[in-house]
Formats: sequence, structure tokens, C-alpha cells
Amino acid sequence: MSTEGQLDTIQMMVNMGPQHPSTHGVFRMVLWVDGERVVDLEPHIGYLHRGSEKLCEGELYAQIVTLFDRLDYISNLNNEMLFCRAVEKLMGLEVPERAEYIRVILCELNRVASHLLFFGTFGIDAGAMTPIMYAFRDREKIQTMFEAVTGARMMHNFIRIGGVKSDVPEDFGQRMRVLLREIRQGIDETDRLLSFSEIFLARTKGIGVIDAETAITYGMSGPVLRACGVPMDVRKDEPYSVYDRFDFGIPIGEKGDSWDRYYIRVEEMRQSMRIIEQALEQIPDGPTITPTRLVLRPPQGEVYVRGENPRGEIGVYLVSNGADRPYRVKVRPPSFCNLMALKELLKDTYVADAVVILGSLDIVLGEVDR
Amino acid sequence: MSAVETLLLVSAILGLLTGLSVVVLSLTWLERKFLGRIQMRIGPMRVGPFGLLQPVADAVKLMAKEDLLSSWVDRVVYWVAPLVVFVPTFMIWVTIPITRDLVIRNLDMGLFYIIALSVLSIVGLVTAGWASSNKYAVLGGFRAAAQLISYEIPLILAVLGVAMLAQSLNLENVVNSQGAFSYALIQPLGLVIFFVAGLAELGRTPFDIHPAESEVVGGPFVEYSGAHWAVFFLAEYINTFAIAALTVLLFFGGWLFPGLPGDVSGLGVLVFLIKTYLVILVIFWVRGTYPRLRIDQLMSLGWKVLVPLAFVNVVITSVYLFYGWPAWSLSLMSLAILGTAVWEISRRMRTAPTPEYTVRLYVPSSEASSAG
Repeated sequence: MSTEGQLDTIQMMVNMGPQHPSTHGVFRMVLWVDGERVVDLEPHIGYLHRGSEKLCEGELYAQIVTLFDRLDYISNLNNEMLFCRAVEKLMGLEVPERAEYIRVILCELNRVASHLLFFGTFGIDAGAMTPIMYAFRDREKIQTMFEAVTGARMMHNFIRIGGVKSDVPEDFGQRMRVLLREIRQGIDETDRLLSFSEIFLARTKGIGVIDAETAITYGMSGPVLRACGVPMDVRKDEPYSVYDRFDFGIPIGEKGDSWDRYYIRVEEMRQSMRIIEQALEQIPDGPTITPTRLVLRPPQGEVYVRGENPRGEIGVYLVSNGADRPYRVKVRPPSFCNLMALKELLKDTYVADAVVILGSLDIVLGEVDR
Repeated sequence: MSAVETLLLVSAILGLLTGLSVVVLSLTWLERKFLGRIQMRIGPMRVGPFGLLQPVADAVKLMAKEDLLSSWVDRVVYWVAPLVVFVPTFMIWVTIPITRDLVIRNLDMGLFYIIALSVLSIVGLVTAGWASSNKYAVLGGFRAAAQLISYEIPLILAVLGVAMLAQSLNLENVVNSQGAFSYALIQPLGLVIFFVAGLAELGRTPFDIHPAESEVVGGPFVEYSGAHWAVFFLAEYINTFAIAALTVLLFFGGWLFPGLPGDVSGLGVLVFLIKTYLVILVIFWVRGTYPRLRIDQLMSLGWKVLVPLAFVNVVITSVYLFYGWPAWSLSLMSLAILGTAVWEISRRMRTAPTPEYTVRLYVPSSEASSAG
């Protein structure tokens, strides 16, 4: 306060997180606010650091799959698939066709489940309390399906090096069709409830805009980058598994604002369901795993594979020195790279926007901190 | 005042307190059940039949809870703040008539008294936020103050419109003058302004900006627990009930209903309660549907839309009264202005008459070369 009876405004430091309800886990951002306006921001990560990459060096290859489950705990199957692909590439292992199809179906289903979670939590961030209930209704059906196929709702450990753990249940195709129909209805319903609501548009349109060039500079990927109009999708650019056999589109935005990032995920769910439908048509009979020895010893060498996770491009760099345990495992997590642009996105916004923007990035702390 | 009169008054006030507590319990139950239905849940089911005793269980839990006190709070202000919020919300009920006879004191300045006192409770929110010495609470308290300034004026102006039509500030006269048709028909614009401003006064969705869970984690209430928090809670629901009751009294004819005698107390209470609970269901329905506005959007809605509209409402009402035009002319004017305003806001908020569909599908023919 100054001496001449004049009040000065001071900036206030607000500690958002790690226990704040809308930082999606244990992310902590220190906001410097001038009234309601965000002046500066300092992100703090590391509250969920478990040293996963280092842990991998002490485990057998088959055991590491479970560690990858725990990276991005919303899209476990995509992570499992990535690591298995890395080892398979290193060993030159062939995966049976049927296993590839099962993998793709489960991964895309996982993408839908992950985006449904986003759908709900983004609604909560914007202050709407109903969308999450609708989203979880549908997500619950997917989880039940996962339980039927893999035996677990999360942390499936289903995709194994060389294939998948077991074949799908006999009535899988039929149940999947029912499930897809229900989810499609559910998504349309929630879409009608939230996406074009005037208040929701006012809260998300033009909020947290980032242009394509900056986004690429920050290494953003996935829906967050596609919202800026860059059609980058590893499934199309560098088709892995059997993704080149399906006909699907990549939703891209124009403005790179929060609404685009949100709606791209809604569209992506629809595209994922298209992929699943085609995969169900094409799925061949046959074995589901190439038998391997229990203790794998990949030849000496290094490999980098990338895949499209619900949150963006995930990569794993695997170095083997010929032993039964990897020499080094390095993960390129999409959430971490997307989070880096937060400071850019939060420039000159309101506190309420900060929550929405962070929500639109859809980070998973298990992956950010590893 | 004789001893008997004093005793009567005290018992009436105690009865009012009890009645309002029961209403609050019913409201919390109703809100949870109704929101549950909106969200495809069944709501509380365990305590009592259909979870009817759930609010009682909650109340007992809140009372029995330890009242935590942070060491750095401003104690006196901290303890007084819940009362500052609660007392005015209770006091306005002194002059709100349930039926023609069921009212403690029918003041001639009733509406003025209600408006004046309802402002006071926000002072309690600000002091609660300040005394908690918690940054979220401070943010929430200031948000509450900002909200008050933006929404008190349209609320008062909307009430003024009704008072002009009824030529009285006495709520009983306001209701009685709606004998022929309710003011909701004559002044739909006023109704909408009053309802929106009322929602903002209450801090309910889409204006739940000061307690915003996802931003300021409960705002001014973040440090309170146990019985003190329960007082805030009580005040919030009494306020909700008061705004709904005022909406009914000012615009929907209170205890009157076409074809029913207005002077039978039991029937009047029933009609009044049904109308009020219907209005409250609309408030809950809004809560289950909409996201939250941002504070600056709320302010601009208040100052740039509601205040001018409320002035227009007063102007057209006075023109109507001055020239003695038939009632339908005011309805038409009101509706036309309301329709234009809603259309214009919708257009502005969507940024175009139809929303820009900026997300499109990219189906590449040579995808390898375009990106990566």
C-alpha cells in the first residue's frame, strides 16, 4: 500500500493443485493472478514420478508390459501395444493376423473410453455436471467389455509380445455390435447436451488459441495438434499394425481453440467406431499369439517405435544389449509434450479459462511424470 | 406491545424457522433426487424410504462434525460471517405471505424491505472469504461481490415493473391485483429478468461463479466445516426458496389459481407450494443442464443486457400505464423485446446464427507427404 492513501493492487499467488479438483491428477500449477486475470504461471510436475523408465531396466521383457499399463492409465491397451511392437520389431517377430485385429479393436475401443472420460471431465471443468454421468454410462459398458475380453477393467496386461493373451469370447462380434450401437447413441445424446450449448461455446470458443507453427515447435501431437489444422496422425502417416486396411478420416480443426480440441475428440470417437466396425468385418480366424520363450533375449540393438495414443503420439526408444532385460527404455509421452505449451496457452486469460484450457489438453499425470 | 402479542410473535418466528428448516430438508432431498433423474441415477435410496431421511442424516452428520478452525483465520469475522449470511435470508421471510392470512407481518413496504435485506447476505460471503485467509476463498468472496453489483440492479428494476403494475409494494396487494391474470402473461420480459437475476443472486448454475467447484473449490465456504458450513448451506437453500417464492408471488399469482377461491387458507398454501416447487424444479433443471459462465461474461450479461432490458421494461410499463392501453399490448411489447434479446444473445454467443463447424474430416489421398 502506498503512503498517499492510494490503494495499489498486488498480484496474488494461487497454488492450483496438486489437490485441486480440476488439475486432473496431481499436477500443480502456481498461478500469479491480478484479480481474475492470470499474469504468470509456473507448472510443477513430478508428484507421480515412479521412475517407470528406470524400473523397466530391472524387469524381464514380458514383465515390462505391466509397467507400460501404468503410464497412461486411461489408455492402457494402447501403451501395451506400443511396447510389444517395440520388442517385436527388435526381435523380428511376426504377429498373427487375428492378434493384430484384436489389438486394433481393443485399442480403438480404449480410445473411445479415454475420450469419453475427457468428454465428462471437460464438462465438469466448464461447470456442467451432467455430461460426465452420460459419458461414464457409456464408458462403463466399454469397461465391462474389457473385463469380458481381458479379465480386468484397467491394467489389462492383455497384449503380449507376439500377440495377445487369449482369443476373444465367442460372442464377441455380436456383443461389440450392440455395444457400438449403444455408444453411438450415447455420444450423440451427450453431443446434443453439451457441444452447441451457448454457454459452453462462450466458454470454449476462442479460448486458449494456439497456432500450428507454435504447436509443432512445442512438440504437441494428437487431438491438440490436429485442432490447429495439422492432419498428423501416426495411424495414417506411418500405418502400423493393420491400420492401413481401414477407411477412416482424421478430424482436424481450424482455429486451435479449446472447442476445436474438444470437438475433435468427439469426432475421433466416431471414427474409432468406424475402424472397429471394419475390423469386426475383416477379422480372420487363426492363432492369436506367436509362441515365444518365456525369457526373451532380443538381439543387441536399438529401436524406436511410435504409435497414436488417445492423447497424441507416443514413442518408445528401446535399447537391448542382448540380455534378458532391456538396457534402456525411454518413453516419449504425448501428455508431457502437450503440457509444455500450457504457459503459451494461458497467456492473458482468466482463472476460469485456465481450468478449461488445462482440461482441453487432457493430460494424464501417470504419463507426464512416469 | 403486550406480553401475549410478544409471545405470539416469538412463536410465529420459531414456527417460521422450523418450517423453513423442513423446507430446506425437502429441497436438498428434491435436488438430489431430481438431479439424479436428470443424470440417469436414482439418487439417495438407503436412508429411509426413497432416501427421504437422507437430509436428516446429513444434518446430523454436519452437526456432529468437528468444526475445524485454521490458525490464521480472523476469528471474530470468521464466526460472524455465517450469521451475516443467514439472518437476512431468514428475515425476509417475515413479510413473504404464503397465503392471504399466513404471514407474520404484512409490511406496506414489503418489497422494499425484501430487496434491501437480501443484499446484506452477500456482505457475509465477502467477509467469509476474507476472514478465511484462503486465496480461493478471497477470490470467491470478491466474485460474490462482483455478482451482487451486477445483479442487484436488474432485480430491483424487474421488481419495480411489478410494483408499478400493482401500484403497491405490499406483496398481498401485488398478488390480489393478479386476480384476473398473472403478471407472467403481462410482463414476460420482467419475469425472465427477475428469474435470471435471481439465479445470479443465488449463485446457482449457470451463475455459480463464487462457489465454482472446478475453479475456486467452493469459494467463500472452502475453510468452513461442520455446523458453520451447515448455516451457509441452510441460507443458500432458504434463499433459493425465497427467490422461487418471490417469482411465484410477483409473476404467477401467488396463492391464487383460476377457478379456486383465493381466501381459503389450506387451498392457498397448497397452490402456493406447488407453484413454488415447480419454479424450484426449473432452477434444478437449469443446474443439471448448463455449464458455468465466466465472471466477465456474467458481468457483461448483467450490465450490457439485463440492466438495459430492465430499464426498457420499466419504460414500456410506464407508457402502458400512462396511456391506459389494454393489457395485451404490454404483453406483446414485452414478448417482442424478449424474443429479440434472446435471439441476439444466442447469435452473439454462438458467434454466428449457426455455429461454425470448424472441425472437419481430413481424408488424405497421399497422406505420407502432407505431414509427419
